[in-house]
Amino acid sequence: MSSVKVELHQKDVDKIKEIAKEYNNDPEALINVLHSTQDHFGYLPAEIQEIVAEETNVSIAKVYGVVTFYSFFTMTPKGRYPISICTGTACYVRGAETVLEEFKRQLGIEVGETSENGKYSINCLRCVGACGLAPVVMVGDKTYGRVSPDGVSDIIAEYEDAE
Amino acid sequence: MHLLVCGGSGCHASANGDIAKALNEALQLSGLNDEIQVVTTGCFGFCEKGPIVKVLPDNTFYVEVQPEDAEIIVQEHIIKGRKVEKLLYKDPEKDEKISDSAKMDFYKKQIRIALRNCGVINPENIDEYIAREGYQALGKVLGELGDQKTIETMKQSGLRGRGGGGFPTGLKWQFANTNQSDEKYVVCNADEGDPGAFMDRSILEGDPHSVIEAMTINGYAIGANLGLVYIRAEYPLAIKRLKKALEQAKEYGLLGKDVMGSGFDFDIQLRYGAGAFVCGEETALIHSMEGQRGEPTVKPPYPAESGFRGKPTNVNNVETFANIPVIINKGADWFAKIGNKKSTGTKVFALAGKVNNVGLIEVPMGTTLREVIFDIGGGIKDGKKFKAVQTGGPSGGCLTEKHLDTPIDYDNLIEAGSMMGSGGMIVMDEDDCMVSVAKFYLDFTVEESCGKCTPCRVGNKRLYEILHKITEGKGEPEDLDKLRNLSSVIKETSLCGLGQTSPNPVVSTMENFWEEYEQHVKEKKCAAGSCKNLMSYHIIEENCVGCTACARKCPVNCISGEKKQVHKIDQELCIKCGNCMDVCKFNAVEII
Repeated sequence: MSSVKVELHQKDVDKIKEIAKEYNNDPEALINVLHSTQDHFGYLPAEIQEIVAEETNVSIAKVYGVVTFYSFFTMTPKGRYPISICTGTACYVRGAETVLEEFKRQLGIEVGETSENGKYSINCLRCVGACGLAPVVMVGDKTYGRVSPDGVSDIIAEYEDAE
Repeated sequence: MHLLVCGGSGCHASANGDIAKALNEALQLSGLNDEIQVVTTGCFGFCEKGPIVKVLPDNTFYVEVQPEDAEIIVQEHIIKGRKVEKLLYKDPEKDEKISDSAKMDFYKKQIRIALRNCGVINPENIDEYIAREGYQALGKVLGELGDQKTIETMKQSGLRGRGGGGFPTGLKWQFANTNQSDEKYVVCNADEGDPGAFMDRSILEGDPHSVIEAMTINGYAIGANLGLVYIRAEYPLAIKRLKKALEQAKEYGLLGKDVMGSGFDFDIQLRYGAGAFVCGEETALIHSMEGQRGEPTVKPPYPAESGFRGKPTNVNNVETFANIPVIINKGADWFAKIGNKKSTGTKVFALAGKVNNVGLIEVPMGTTLREVIFDIGGGIKDGKKFKAVQTGGPSGGCLTEKHLDTPIDYDNLIEAGSMMGSGGMIVMDEDDCMVSVAKFYLDFTVEESCGKCTPCRVGNKRLYEILHKITEGKGEPEDLDKLRNLSSVIKETSLCGLGQTSPNPVVSTMENFWEEYEQHVKEKKCAAGSCKNLMSYHIIEENCVGCTACARKCPVNCISGEKKQVHKIDQELCIKCGNCMDVCKFNAVEII
């Protein structure tokens, strides 16, 4: 599993229990429970999965199987400013790949990695449905449209001073 | 008077702030906020020119509106009755401003059935949906038609599944109706996984009640009391609007216990997808809704027999559902007259890529690709040459010049080597390398293959590797044969629709652009100039004046040369970004 060791506090455990209870501890609702849990913690390390398994009455192996099957779930924490580059077809033909390369070059990290200071992470998205704005980049919830490799440094600069 | 503001994701993203809020503030300043209503609607479809604001009743269509334009719209248009020229759409060909959207080429050839309410009503207000014949069809089904006549109407309408397969909807309903069980389910597939397709999201964002109404009709017709919407977690706005719509429908007694006093109970729940393309396949989708890995199983049994929780289940996609209330209201014959004989009605397409008017369009079946790309789409961007259009997403194929006059319908597209798919339509121009496009799709499939069956898990990976080798300039002639053979094995032996169609992008590009593959392999050349290992940038000595523009623009400082002297590119360091070529005003950079 993941190499990150996480120590959970009692209040974290309680939070997971509370989420599972919202869905009646129903094994069928496992994916919805995982969504809410990831929303809260930002990612799903092994330690969290263990509690989810217990609370939804499924095996840890099954939870792990589900977490690793779906690309939306992640076992490593994302950066404080997660950068997502849309690599859907419309963005691809309008040059998303060159934009992605530029982000990787400037930040020195690969897709799926988080920068050492925990500030940025790079991910690829499959179509956010804003194809009129292709290529599209998202930083957190903010969307940037018609991004060119030249515009990459401007986007990063917006977050350089932020904590 | 009304001001309609597009609240679709695309327009939402491109406005630097909130246009509706700015308009409300401007109205308040002028003391007009009681008389004029600002309504946030679903997608207008013309995403290229978003954000869009429409003024009713005079139908003025403003494009590329920013929050700072709110004041001028209020001051000029609303108070003085003068249209704001600078915000009107300019017809690129006739060079004249058009204020009525019905007169724009983009809208002229469209017939909007599934999108009838998108950009017209406020999706968060059930009364607006009801005012446009909303929930009438449900009333008619519950009070007058009954299950058999409803299914008969669906069959006669000729409606086929809009998610891609094209299976007759009425027949699907009949199977689920005939299979006896204590419990049955209705599922709406809103896991729009095709990269470059956003029609389902727009319908859910712009007209969620049409889907709720149709699912309830479906429930009554097959005898189900629970509906589930399987929706992508990546669509937060659609989820929010759908949840709100569900609450409203329950409040109005249109959903829940004893729907419209008919004694029929029907409820709808949401299940979130988590990013797995294979979950668009019915059986995989059902497993995912049960909290499992989204792996497909062999059909039969079909979901109509044994689906969700092992009970008879009817799965239809969002766009299919959106058509249903209209068919019930206006009749099967009315619907069947639109489109072709075998493919009736309309189809929504997400037109994107290298086309001038990116957006969401709905055209009658049988419209030609030429009409879609050149009339509605306004032709190719930057005056470049049309090369191909990709339909059907990762399961589809690339169509070329020779297919432009083919009427679009389910059967014609399959015959042409592609498929309808969910309706993504990506236009490509002369700068797109078709080998790279095939590689792009295979990269997608490799990542999205669930891994259950070997042909798909291993075969697609090998296909990708061969394509990668070719684009790296290391291809050998026998690789082309390997691509062919492997493609046919994967198609024939894969378990589900994903694997059975995944080689299509390779097969169709090989069929239509064979010479391009040969060029890559034999001459080690990429005519489109997109495979970086097959090209290099050089400075033409005679043309270079030593202006230093390229050296300054180079991101890796690999261009050397004194002022007014001929410059030189260090091929070892060059990352082939092409910046030097773009900035050179003297045509002194060439690709070899």
